[in-house]
Amino acid sequence: MGMTFAEKILAKYAKEKKVVPGQIVTVKPDYLLMHDNAAPIIKKIQTDLAEYGIVNAELPVIVLDHVIPASDEKTATNHKTIREFVKKYKLKYFFDVGTGICHQIMVEKGIALPGQLILGSDSHTCSYGAIGAFSSGIDRTEAAALLLTGETWLKVPQSIKITLKGSLQPGVFAKDIILRIIGDISASGADYCSVEFHGDIQQFSVEERFTIANMGVEMGAKNAFFPVDNITTQYLKSIGISKYTAIDPDKDASYAKELTYNLSDIPPLIALPHSVDNVKSVSEVEGIEIQQCLIGTCTNGRLSDLKIAAKILKGKKVHPNVRLLILPASRQIYLDALKEGIIDTLVEAGGVILPPGCGPCLGAHQGVLAPGERCLSTSNRNFKGRMGCKEAEIYLASPATVAVSAIYGKITDPRKEVR
Amino acid sequence: MKIWKYGDNVNTDMLFPGKYTYTCSTPEEIKPHLLEDLDSSFAKNVKEGDIIFAGKNFGCGSSREQPTVGLKAVGIAAIVAESFARIFYRSSINQGLLLIECPDAVKAYREGDSVSLDVENGKIIVGGKSYLFPKLPKEILAIRDAGGLLAYTRTKLKNKK
Repeated sequence: MGMTFAEKILAKYAKEKKVVPGQIVTVKPDYLLMHDNAAPIIKKIQTDLAEYGIVNAELPVIVLDHVIPASDEKTATNHKTIREFVKKYKLKYFFDVGTGICHQIMVEKGIALPGQLILGSDSHTCSYGAIGAFSSGIDRTEAAALLLTGETWLKVPQSIKITLKGSLQPGVFAKDIILRIIGDISASGADYCSVEFHGDIQQFSVEERFTIANMGVEMGAKNAFFPVDNITTQYLKSIGISKYTAIDPDKDASYAKELTYNLSDIPPLIALPHSVDNVKSVSEVEGIEIQQCLIGTCTNGRLSDLKIAAKILKGKKVHPNVRLLILPASRQIYLDALKEGIIDTLVEAGGVILPPGCGPCLGAHQGVLAPGERCLSTSNRNFKGRMGCKEAEIYLASPATVAVSAIYGKITDPRKEVR
Repeated sequence: MKIWKYGDNVNTDMLFPGKYTYTCSTPEEIKPHLLEDLDSSFAKNVKEGDIIFAGKNFGCGSSREQPTVGLKAVGIAAIVAESFARIFYRSSINQGLLLIECPDAVKAYREGDSVSLDVENGKIIVGGKSYLFPKLPKEILAIRDAGGLLAYTRTKLKNKK
């Protein structure tokens, strides 16, 4: 019997011929991702660092993105601590305020590559499956231990195979696909599992795959994976990368569950408060008034996302009752959007551009909601309190749905504008 | 000993609001905000030895570790749930916090039932009835028994020297 992607890559990193689900293996990841939380991580092991140093200056990747620019003295001090740590230990990979969101940077800078094993102290580390890496989230304590030892244990997960068939209807996007899947299998439907996407995936760009893989954790997945094909290869070539060793699952691999989706059956979808699996079609909830719209984050802050929003908002105005916040996922995306006139269009329509980072998604700053307010967002989580106020509501949808709804001031089916 | 009972999909924002994640990191900073948006009576009344019962997918969401650090610090003896989210599960091992995945025990529990633990034998006794729960593999148990991952790592590094 063959092996799934997760089995194959974990066998490789554990230096075993074969591994089976449930088996515990010891692995040395290629990279350890951290962001603003590097400050408390370093603090935990100050004395250990003084004694042992860090295991490898090329292991950690630190991107300041969560509360940027610093919102108060405490976050500013955290950033300063991180910069000093980076200098002291001569870390190879550090990206300061304004470079972008950590997950976007990992892929865009060619750090995460196909066939690599990456762990990160952020739950959306699962995103790099978009380019065929095995990547998964861990907590701060484990990140601290990894800085000292460079190795950890992983349980070989069971795998779920999701086959995508056919093509999407106009007005329907990658975000709708992943919302459909999470709505069907629930927020715990892939707990502890590796999720692989197969089928007619060649139609999806790396950006679209990123959106889907990014939300793997919202159904509990350990990692989410797209096989490497010519789309991946071309993308990597465009950022100057040609050397990597992709890992493909075996054709006769055994999956715990297999699901098939006919893409043409999927309408524009929306996750209602307060859980990501509370999914309805947009048409069912049209008319709910919204006060804030957010386009961006690690889920949907890439050029193609901003482009579709600009196409919809060109020559239009955001509804007077709505604040439209836009967060490009990186400086590069911001620059590309500027060159293409996308930013002009979005600002002319009434959009507010925030620096490339996580923004209001984590509720710490920039666009926190007031009690009774509703935000329609392209982000990945709508938990109660997520945007800083427990009496506010967050709805999740595609950039097209958010842009169209921003014009009308209420939840609106994007097919009204996108045909 | 008090039993705190919650439902399915108790997420990390309910356990510890995201807005504090970059300003509160130590147990003392975390404690007053534990479960703030889920149960405002928890932080004030929780006592050492208390147990949490919950449904499916407990701890889903973010990788923030304030929930596991905080629950360990206030002395939660165990969290008994139908299932746990992966990062939370791992994080609990790293903090030396006992998680018990036992759907039968959760379904059997009624308010007022006496609850006791027999960790050594992988047993939880609810209302006089015993339920077995799977024990962790020994290499993982070693981390939890060391008091958490940092203590475990320190011993490992010392022995290597």
